[in-house]
Amino acid sequence: MKLKALLAAATAAAALTAGAAAAEQVKIGIAAEPYPPFSSLDSSGNWVGWEIEVIKAVCAAAELDCVITPVAWDGIIPSLTGQQIDAIMASMSITEERLKTIDFSDAYYNTPAVIVADKSMNIEPTPDSLAGKIVGIQASTIHQAYAQEYFKDAELKVYQTQDEANQDLFAGRIDATQADSIAMADFVNSDNGGCCEIKGAVADDPSILGRGVGAGVRKGDTELLEALNKGIAAILADGTHEKITAGYFTTSIY
Amino acid sequence: MISVKELMQPHRIVMMLVFAALVVWCAVSLRWDWIPKYAPLALEGLWATVWILAVSTFLGFLLAVPLGLAQAVGPWYLSIPARTFCTVIRGTPLLLQIWLLYYGLGSLFPQFPWIRSSELWPYLRQAWPYAVLALTLSYAGYEGEVMRGAFSGVAKGQLEAAKSFGMPRFTMFRRIWLPQAIRNVLPTLGGETILQLKATPLVATITVVEIYAVSSRVRADTFIVYEPLLLLALVYMAIAGVIALAFRRFEAGTPQRR
Amino acid sequence: MTGLFEILGLGASAELLSLEGWGGNLLRGLANSLQIAFGAFGLGLVIGLFGAYGKLYGGKVTRDLLAIYTTVIRAVPELVLILILYYVGSDIINKISEALGGGRVEINGVAAGIWVLGVVQGAYATEVLRGAIKAVPVGQIEAAKSYGMPTLMIMRRVTIPAMMSFAVPGLANLWLIATKDTALLAVVGFNELTLETRQAASSTRAYFTFFLAAGFLYLMVTLCSGAVFARVEKWARRGQPSLKGGTA
Repeated sequence: MKLKALLAAATAAAALTAGAAAAEQVKIGIAAEPYPPFSSLDSSGNWVGWEIEVIKAVCAAAELDCVITPVAWDGIIPSLTGQQIDAIMASMSITEERLKTIDFSDAYYNTPAVIVADKSMNIEPTPDSLAGKIVGIQASTIHQAYAQEYFKDAELKVYQTQDEANQDLFAGRIDATQADSIAMADFVNSDNGGCCEIKGAVADDPSILGRGVGAGVRKGDTELLEALNKGIAAILADGTHEKITAGYFTTSIY
Repeated sequence: MISVKELMQPHRIVMMLVFAALVVWCAVSLRWDWIPKYAPLALEGLWATVWILAVSTFLGFLLAVPLGLAQAVGPWYLSIPARTFCTVIRGTPLLLQIWLLYYGLGSLFPQFPWIRSSELWPYLRQAWPYAVLALTLSYAGYEGEVMRGAFSGVAKGQLEAAKSFGMPRFTMFRRIWLPQAIRNVLPTLGGETILQLKATPLVATITVVEIYAVSSRVRADTFIVYEPLLLLALVYMAIAGVIALAFRRFEAGTPQRR
Repeated sequence: MTGLFEILGLGASAELLSLEGWGGNLLRGLANSLQIAFGAFGLGLVIGLFGAYGKLYGGKVTRDLLAIYTTVIRAVPELVLILILYYVGSDIINKISEALGGGRVEINGVAAGIWVLGVVQGAYATEVLRGAIKAVPVGQIEAAKSYGMPTLMIMRRVTIPAMMSFAVPGLANLWLIATKDTALLAVVGFNELTLETRQAASSTRAYFTFFLAAGFLYLMVTLCSGAVFARVEKWARRGQPSLKGGTA
């Protein structure tokens, strides 16, 4: 009996993760690691957050049948090119480097990159101030690319998720971290983030930091690209974007 | 070892030609232009892998000896903890152990401000001590089980003979018991060390920059999927080969009586 | 004691681990892990049986190819193999499907996990089963042959039942490796127990609570499987004289 129950549970779980294999569905890849407040898991295993709501709104506006598919952030672009997913909507910035491999839709949000550090530390978001410091960054992000380019005198520690970098900032293992301003605002207001504050935005370099966050699609998949662009334009025009944003942030992030 | 004559069979020649063609195809049609740029980093990573492997197997083996001894002949208050330790280590995934040590312990630091001003802090804030600790404990857990068998496997008569000569217990352990137990485990030691090598890439998940982490960085920077992974697999095969050869040499150098 | 509990952040554990809360997520992850482990173990057994027969009775080329397969798989870290097989597998399937004129094939996470770990398990199973088949007394197989039994029937009636007792300890070990290797799939983003644990831990900051809970679940799986395999071994050895010391 027990085995039967277990098998039933396992099959149910498989059905949940696998999703139906209908051909019309569009698999929207998000990072499997939580990235609050944009995407995170609630205790019943559902994905929630600003970006999740935007994905749903864009898909509804573009009349796409979307399935949210979590993929490890580290391998999200290979998953797209390897056809495990059809689009990436995981707070991925549109950069020159990524455009060599994949295409991007129009941006659906744009925020500056900031440096966060312990309140007691006298740190400025400049290469000089960070020289000799340990800076934590998330792998495969614009922040990693930026830090490797500009903070050459700092010791860089690369994490699989921003969350782990935050955890180590809280633990004191790193002196500072560079990340997206909104995600960091959320962190410094949390229990653990009380240690730290935003020290300011880094000097912009659009060639590395990109032109905002867009949906990534395979090169040549123009049909999906146009549909997503249409959806993004629609939710920006009819106020849905604004409405979702108001539920999470006090200022516009477009 | 395979001799040249054995390699020169017709079907093997064909297979080698196919393999050579495959290598040429890989070299020509895949992208390798990233190698010069990342070579220095890769060497550092390789060094870190070898270093972590060597230190953790050495310390792990030192720990495995008392663990095996306690399980084989220890009183209950030593044998039960030793057995529990081995069961827990062998019964849970190493990845989970590594994360528990690194992030679990890390989450405690802020509650004890004095840790940050202690002399150990420069080490505690780095990742490699946790990597070495986790891998050492894991090796000790697996090898402790093997050592238990090895200690039990030493012929009783030899120990009795030593005792009847009036040999002190520690001398008996050092001169007779331990050397024979080690000789018993030698054939498995090479395999266990290769298993340990295969466990080392897991420490990349706690920011240790070893060879696997370098390949991840290449993949992240360039979006090339296969080439860094293939090269990485080749590097691990080469290290495993060196370990296997070294242990075969080592084993041949110690007298064996069957 | 309560002080220690507070420090480790285990105070609210019962609440955090409730079934409606994160505990349910962990159990869902465990179900996924077990499903992948079952599948991979089964696939590994099938590959291993063919591999073992190929290594023992196959032609020169088969034997050499199998030697390459087992050597490579056993020398390269599972994490690296998982990444390679994961990307190669879906690439190949899609290429084949495109060549046949079909659309792109959906590969769900569980199937991919089973394929990836199954190929790894197959290499180890090949060695375990080869050793077990070799340990079957040649006379038994020759006797069956002299009665004119067809090869498949010899395999089904003689070789496999006779080798079971030799194979079970090695297979038990392989099963444990399979359950623990599912944790590696967390790095590729599969929602198995270890990734669920990490997600729960980072969402609640209760690292110790969840890592210890997950460790406990894995340990339970190990201990239960140990008990099951002990019974299987007893069953496989029925009718045989008790074996003193080690076998083979």
